[in-house]
Amino acid sequence: MEIIIYGITNSVTLVLMTLGFSLTFGISGLANFAHGAFYLLGGILTWVFMNELGIPYLLSALLSIFIVGLFGFFLYWGLMLRLRGLAINEVIATLATAVVIIEVLRYLGFSGFTYVLPEFIKGSIQIGKSWVDYQRILLVAIGIALIIFLFLFTHRTKIGLSFRAISQNERTAISLGIDSDWTAALSLSFGSALAVIAGLVILPLGSIDTQIGYDILISALAVGIVGGLESVPGILVASLILGFGQIVVATFIKAQWQTVVTLAAIVVILAVKPSGIFGKYKELEERV
Amino acid sequence: MAEAIKYRKERIDRGIKARSDTIYMLSSYRELLYILFPRVLPISFLLLSPIFIGGGYWGKVIFYSCTFALLALSWDLLASVGLISLGQALFFGVGSYVAGGFNFYFKWPLFLTIPLATFGGALICTFLLVPVLRLRGVYFSMVTLILPLLFDHLIETLEILGGTHGLLSLSPFPSHWMAVYIAVVSVILCLFGFRRLLHEDYGFVLRGIREDDRVVMAGGINIYWYKAQTIFIAAMVGCFAGALMTHYYQFVGRSAFALDNTILPLAGVVLGGSGNFAGSVLGTFILVPLSEALRALGGLRMALYSLILIIALATLPEGIFHYLERKYHQFERMVSI
Repeated sequence: MEIIIYGITNSVTLVLMTLGFSLTFGISGLANFAHGAFYLLGGILTWVFMNELGIPYLLSALLSIFIVGLFGFFLYWGLMLRLRGLAINEVIATLATAVVIIEVLRYLGFSGFTYVLPEFIKGSIQIGKSWVDYQRILLVAIGIALIIFLFLFTHRTKIGLSFRAISQNERTAISLGIDSDWTAALSLSFGSALAVIAGLVILPLGSIDTQIGYDILISALAVGIVGGLESVPGILVASLILGFGQIVVATFIKAQWQTVVTLAAIVVILAVKPSGIFGKYKELEERV
Repeated sequence: MAEAIKYRKERIDRGIKARSDTIYMLSSYRELLYILFPRVLPISFLLLSPIFIGGGYWGKVIFYSCTFALLALSWDLLASVGLISLGQALFFGVGSYVAGGFNFYFKWPLFLTIPLATFGGALICTFLLVPVLRLRGVYFSMVTLILPLLFDHLIETLEILGGTHGLLSLSPFPSHWMAVYIAVVSVILCLFGFRRLLHEDYGFVLRGIREDDRVVMAGGINIYWYKAQTIFIAAMVGCFAGALMTHYYQFVGRSAFALDNTILPLAGVVLGGSGNFAGSVLGTFILVPLSEALRALGGLRMALYSLILIIALATLPEGIFHYLERKYHQFERMVSI
């Protein structure tokens, strides 16, 4: 029972961490290595708004989602657009942005037990024999809601449809009057905002440590590599595999072996099906 | 609307470049000097600077610069087949741990562990990375980025290979000079060797793969085999750098897999200019001493490198070396349109 509960929460956590990354990658083909940095930045911004400026929680959360989203937009508009098409430079630029954000935050000393985001609802509930925080239940609910929302968003709204158009065939989309630069910038902005939402939901379970900026990136990349990056079902399946795998290993062997699961999953998937479980067209013929 | 542009800049090769092109460079000392100067300058700088600087703190800096230059050269070789590595720390760490492990657990001397780390480490890295070759560029970057970070986690949590403490008191080099000169000579060998390699037939294939892999495939060449060979060569250089550093420090720890070892060579290459190897050496020999001078900044140094990286990418995408090369070979003048 415990395994099922913690497995599900762990899997949904992984899904939340990966969604933003995969959204950006799927639409604009931009691997946003600053994903973890945005996650961290969102959490810390919210903390600063609440504790230094005294803004109420809901407002500061929305504000930090908005600010980081805007930051993502301008990162694309100001930097990525200059490097568009130069695969080497795009990749290096996002990684460098990540390192700048994380290391500056580390230098400013934003880690430790004082930096805790509030839970949405305090307390916990007993399921079977084990106690589960309300926050974890909410996390699962928000994760599922977010997936449904994203599905509806990309299939029903105009911006969402233009996202999918760009990811399917950029030139045709341009000829239909969709501004591809604008859409790609929006996609980075949405991906960053999703990273912040994930942070707001997940971070209350622990305290903020700058190292998570890199850890989140590792998790997102691991899930993406195992599942196949731009496919949402792939991410779901990979999150379930990794999430349950980690919990099973942690319960039956040792908590420290969780990393081994991730590494083993990556190595196995690379050897068997390098494009990921649901990766379709990432074979060589499709170039960046 | 601005007024119409009347002049444009024109670049023309210097006469001496044309005169010293092939065998004709032997025609006079000036032509010979023109050809030799850019080659002799870095060699003599690399060989003589340890003597002038001596063995103290800045002597160590020369050694660091050389190891990072090796990592940068290895990055540049991978980039010349179109593989964008974000994990020079993988090569560096694997080399470090292979050398350190054999030295620590089996007490093998460093003349055995360093070659072993070079070849064995390169084999390990190649086997890890070969499956990714079938995928697009960004995937290679992602996997190379994630592997060293995962190895770092693994060593930390499983307490293998010394865990968080690392492996201590490994055997040192007989003298500082030997370490420095091994590093310097290997930088020179790699620099000129790689430059030559890319102008051989073998190198044409590699560059062809970067430009258009499907054309190379259509030529009946197995590009995966060539890419795997390139990874092996690049990994050898990276692992060698790691093994050298391990025995120089007499210590190997989780820091070998740290992101610094990726970012610093990368910043060096981008600053110096990628694609011709000389730029990467130039870039690292600018950045490493600079970063040692800024040691007081502590953790902020990483942010600084990355900032340099972003600025160099956005404003000087060709790199310093290409700029210098252009000025050396060409002159510019304004011509009316």
